[in-house]
Amino acid sequence: MAQKETMTVNMGPQHPSTHGVLRLVIELDGEIIDKITPHIGYLHRGIEKLSEHRTYHQALPLTDRMDYLAPMSNNLGYVLAVEKLLGVEVPERAKTVRVITAELTRLKSHLVWLACHALDIGAMTVFLYCFREREKVMEIYEKLSGARMTSNYYRVGGLSADVYAGFEKDVQEIIDTFPGFFDTYEGLLTKNTIWLQRTVGNGVISAEDAIDAGITGPALRGSGVDWDLRRDNPYSGYEKYSFKVPVGEKCDTFDRYKVRLVEMREAVKIISQALNDLKPGPVLADLPQVCYPPKENVYNSIEGLIHHFKIASEGFAAPEGEVYQGVENPKGELGYYLVSDGSNKPYRMRVRPPSFVNLSAIEKMAKGSMIADLVAVIGTLDIVLGEIDR
Amino acid sequence: MEIMGLPLIYYGAMILKVLLAFVFVLLTVAYATYAERKIIGHMQVRIGPNRTGPMGLLQPIADGIKLFFKEEIIPAQASKFAFVLAPLVALIPAFISFAVIPFGDTFEIAGYKVPLQIAAYADQAGKVFDLNIGVLYILAMASLGVYGIVLAGWSSNSKYSLLGGLRASAQMISYELAAGLAIVCVFMVSESLSLQQIVSDQGGLFGWYIFRTPFTFVAGIIFFICSLAEINRTPFDLPEAETELVSGFCTEYSSMKYAMFFMAEYANMVTVCAVTTTLFLGGWHGPLPPVLNFIAKVYILMFVCMWVRATYPRYRYDQLMKLGWKVFLPTTLFLIVGNAFWITLFQK
Repeated sequence: MAQKETMTVNMGPQHPSTHGVLRLVIELDGEIIDKITPHIGYLHRGIEKLSEHRTYHQALPLTDRMDYLAPMSNNLGYVLAVEKLLGVEVPERAKTVRVITAELTRLKSHLVWLACHALDIGAMTVFLYCFREREKVMEIYEKLSGARMTSNYYRVGGLSADVYAGFEKDVQEIIDTFPGFFDTYEGLLTKNTIWLQRTVGNGVISAEDAIDAGITGPALRGSGVDWDLRRDNPYSGYEKYSFKVPVGEKCDTFDRYKVRLVEMREAVKIISQALNDLKPGPVLADLPQVCYPPKENVYNSIEGLIHHFKIASEGFAAPEGEVYQGVENPKGELGYYLVSDGSNKPYRMRVRPPSFVNLSAIEKMAKGSMIADLVAVIGTLDIVLGEIDR
Repeated sequence: MEIMGLPLIYYGAMILKVLLAFVFVLLTVAYATYAERKIIGHMQVRIGPNRTGPMGLLQPIADGIKLFFKEEIIPAQASKFAFVLAPLVALIPAFISFAVIPFGDTFEIAGYKVPLQIAAYADQAGKVFDLNIGVLYILAMASLGVYGIVLAGWSSNSKYSLLGGLRASAQMISYELAAGLAIVCVFMVSESLSLQQIVSDQGGLFGWYIFRTPFTFVAGIIFFICSLAEINRTPFDLPEAETELVSGFCTEYSSMKYAMFFMAEYANMVTVCAVTTTLFLGGWHGPLPPVLNFIAKVYILMFVCMWVRATYPRYRYDQLMKLGWKVFLPTTLFLIVGNAFWITLFQK
């Protein structure tokens, strides 16, 4: 009797297309995948535990080290959760700037996704084009917060500082130029026969399976589920902006690709609306117990200095209770579950990472297909290991 | 002094010709790597190598020296003999295919004609003789090259290499057939397998075989695509698909053995472009001096190879087989039949 023997291949953690340090143990029958076992934890830094020993403000910089491709979106979820716990109302201008920067972050994250996805499938040129455009967002990041990736720009109650002079001009340039770049990518990929052959019908996951697995974000919308937290559970003033939520039909990699591309175009529209909406005003709530004092007070008066010192060292006590705040991150629903025991540090911070949950569907999506398809599936899931391992 | 009725200087010219052709291929191989990095670099809004020498022109030499001084690693589990043999088997056929390609017209020395084709000579009457089955020789050498890759994949005793080797063998078998059938269209027009005769038949503006009949036009395009697949260039670079198989068949290779695979890849590219030029694009015919015509056509085709690499994603293993067996093979069969009718009806 013929005997079937499978070959076990270790893919990662140093494999070129596992996006960081993902390790997959694959059972192969020829080139067909029989079984996939993801091994994670190579990038575990204990962010949830670390934040239990930090004041609410000190825990903030930890969050942008989770999904390091979309730091501001991570910050946004965290500050919104803390604000919800405290019941702080954020000034209008801060909200609008948060929307603009969060959508810029979406562009930034999706550009890296498209770059790596295309590179995995073999389209090298798109990779470099996307990184060229991402650089423009990075420049805005740097001017806003001083850092290109670990931004730490938001504060509980608003922003660390108002936007720099010329911010509107830089953002307007992105609004004007990016749709043209998207057309270039579509020209190189959407109409490319090989790209279509590689993505259409690849990594199919039905809407029911996607919901069962807890998939969120573009991966869920690619399966035809019309669910977007920005529209269905708005936060930070998203209800004021009109945008389309793209939905896929065939639940495959190509649909997820289309969804993300439309999402990038919609993000540009949201940014443009928010930029028109940007009115002068304060960027930090008038709450001395919680918020940092303005810098001129810190440098020029002893009271201001003491105030700053107190917020920075001791922080603020949050009322006892627990909150959950989910935000629509570029990769899916990022949720922060905060439990407070009334002290100045979170009793427990639990993060619901979208990449981690999305990764759990990998076997369902890639089983029975070929190695080349697995690479496309890893790309289409858009995972970031910093967020999976935390 | 004469040997076999020919003056010594004639033999000197023959040897010089061989040396020059070999040096030309070697230099082209070295600078193809540089050109590829520069051209793709500019297509991808990068600069490419620009540090070693003026405009980075010494880059291929620096690369060669670097690879030469790297440590030779032979995995403990590898089959040593095959592991060492594989790069040679890949490299040598890549170079020797060039022996039958006529890269220029004849020139005269001491009253004797010297044809610019390595494996060719002229008799005292000036009639040029070359290998009368030149095309078959090229096909044979092209299929030998695959053994190098299969051996490398198998002898490394590494799973990624094995998959790369498997892919290579499957790929080459599927594409050789279509490439071979596409060449049949050329034979029907040329009525000869001698490359010398194939080229001399292609003079004039529309003498090129690719413009002879509508069927040879399609055959030429299919032959070039199949050639890309046979030498593992994008979009058919599956055996070494970096993002899937790390480096495919050469994952375990280092130092000069790796360099030999690398050279084989580019030497194959030169050969394939030269063969396409010879069979379909009129060889050395054209407005420039013959040798320059030939070089220009080869370089243009090589540019196309690089251009394709910058533009296209990679096929999947089964899609590639499907393209070979279900699209190209029937198409070329149809082309042969169509070509036969065309020649009988319009050109006889």
